[in-house]
Amino acid sequence: MAMIEVNGLQKWYGEFHVLKGITEEVNKGEVLVICGPSGSGKSTFIRCINRLEEYQSGTIRFDGKDIHDRDVNVNSLRAEIGIVFQQFNLYPHLTVLKNVTLAPIKVKGMPKNEAEEVALGLLERVGITDQAHKYPVELSGGQQQRVAIARALAVRPKVMLFDEPTSALDPEMINEVLNVMKDLAREGMTMLCVTHEMGFAREVSDRVVFMDGGEVVEEAPPDEFFKNPRHERTKAFLKEIL
Amino acid sequence: MHWQVVWDNMDYFLWGAFPEGALGGLAMSIILALLGIFFAFWLGLAAGLMRLSGRWWLHYPALVYVEIIRGVPLLMCIFWFYFLAPVVLGHTMPEFQSALVAFVVFTGAYVAEIVRAGVLALPKGQMEAARGSGLSHVQAMCFVILPQSLRNMIPSFVNQFVSLTKDTSLAYIIGVNELTRAATQVNNRTMNAPMEIFLTMLVLYFIVCYVLTSFSRRLERHLARYQARN
Repeated sequence: MAMIEVNGLQKWYGEFHVLKGITEEVNKGEVLVICGPSGSGKSTFIRCINRLEEYQSGTIRFDGKDIHDRDVNVNSLRAEIGIVFQQFNLYPHLTVLKNVTLAPIKVKGMPKNEAEEVALGLLERVGITDQAHKYPVELSGGQQQRVAIARALAVRPKVMLFDEPTSALDPEMINEVLNVMKDLAREGMTMLCVTHEMGFAREVSDRVVFMDGGEVVEEAPPDEFFKNPRHERTKAFLKEIL
Repeated sequence: MHWQVVWDNMDYFLWGAFPEGALGGLAMSIILALLGIFFAFWLGLAAGLMRLSGRWWLHYPALVYVEIIRGVPLLMCIFWFYFLAPVVLGHTMPEFQSALVAFVVFTGAYVAEIVRAGVLALPKGQMEAARGSGLSHVQAMCFVILPQSLRNMIPSFVNQFVSLTKDTSLAYIIGVNELTRAATQVNNRTMNAPMEIFLTMLVLYFIVCYVLTSFSRRLERHLARYQARN
C-alpha cells in the first residue's frame, strides 16, 4: 500500500485553476523531487498533503486513510507529515532549542527533559549543537534552515515535505542544507521535495516529477528524466535550468 | 500673579482630601487610567482575537462592538453608562465605577484593533510553521503568535494608555473627583488665579504622559531585538 495516494486533485484560487487533476503515489521510503516553472502549482500540491491548503476536488490518502475523513485529526495528521519552508519560519522569540522542543512538548506531550534530549540529538544530526541556546537571528540562513529541518523531525514524522528549502539561501549555504537532506533520504525517510537542485535529484531521488500549468507533465527516474526527457515542455525547462 | 493659590492647593491637586477625606486629584486620574487600561487590555485582547476568528458567532459580536464604539465620542460613552446604569441596575452606580466602565468599554475597542493589526502584521509563515508542526490553532496563538505580536503592540498600547490618561479628565463631567475637577473646584472657589491653576494642570498632565512615552521608547528599544523578518 502506498503511503500517500493522490487522486485527481484539483484546486482553484477563485478563477485561477492551480491544480488540474494531480494523481500520484508515493511509497514508504521513496524520495520524490518535484520541479517545474514558478506558478506551476508544485508548492500548492505538497501543501495540500498536510492540509495547509484546502482543495476542491479529488482525494488524498495518507496511510490508506482520506485526510479529510471525519475521524482524522488535522493536528495529528500534521505531526506525521513534517514540512520545511523556503523562508525557514523559525520562531524568532524562542531559542533554537525551544524552536525544536515546542511541538514535541505541546503536540506529543513529551516531558521537557526528554524533548530536549531528542532535540539535542537532532541538532547534532544537522550539525548545530553548539548553537542550541542562540536565537534564530544570530544564525546564518543555512543554519536556520537546518534548525527548521530538525524542528520538523522532532515530532518523528513519517513523511517530510520540503517546499523549496534552498531557494532563499546564499549559494555557499545550499550544500550544507542539501547534505542534511541527502542523509535523511539515505536513512529511508519518505520525502517530497519541491526543488530545482538537480544534483540532489540525480543523487538521491527515486523519481522526478515535472509540473507545468497545474499538471504533471512527465515523471521518470532521475537518469531517464535527465537523459531522455520526452515532453517538449520538459526539454525547454531542463535547458533553462541546467 | 497668584501662585500662592496653586501652592496652597497643591496637595488637593495631587491626591485630593486624602488621607482625611476622599482620594482625588492626579492620584485619582492615574488610578482611573491604570484600572482602565488593565481591564481594557483583557477586553480588547478578547475582542481582537474574536474578530480574527473564522467563526461567525465570535467574529460578528466583536465586529459590532468595535465598530459602534469607534463611532461614538468618549464623552457620549461616559454619559451613556452613567444614565444607563440606573435603568439597568435599578439604582445609580457611583460616578467612579460608571466612568471606569465607560473607559474600559471605550478603550477596549481600540485595543481590539491594535491586537488585530498586530496579529495580522506577523509574517504568515509563523502560523503555517506552527500549524504545520501539529500545534492546534489555540496553541499556535499562545506559544508562537501572541508572544511575538504582543511585543510589537507595546508602542500602540502605550499610545492608547497615554490617550486614556488624558481622557480621564472627561470623567469630571459626571462628578468624578479627578485632577480636572479638582482644578475647576479650586478655580471656582478662588476666582482670581485661573491662568496659574490651569497652567499647573497642563504641567501635571504633561509630566505623567512624558514619563509614559519615554518609558515606552526604552521598552521598544529593548524588545526590538528578536523579530521575525521576511
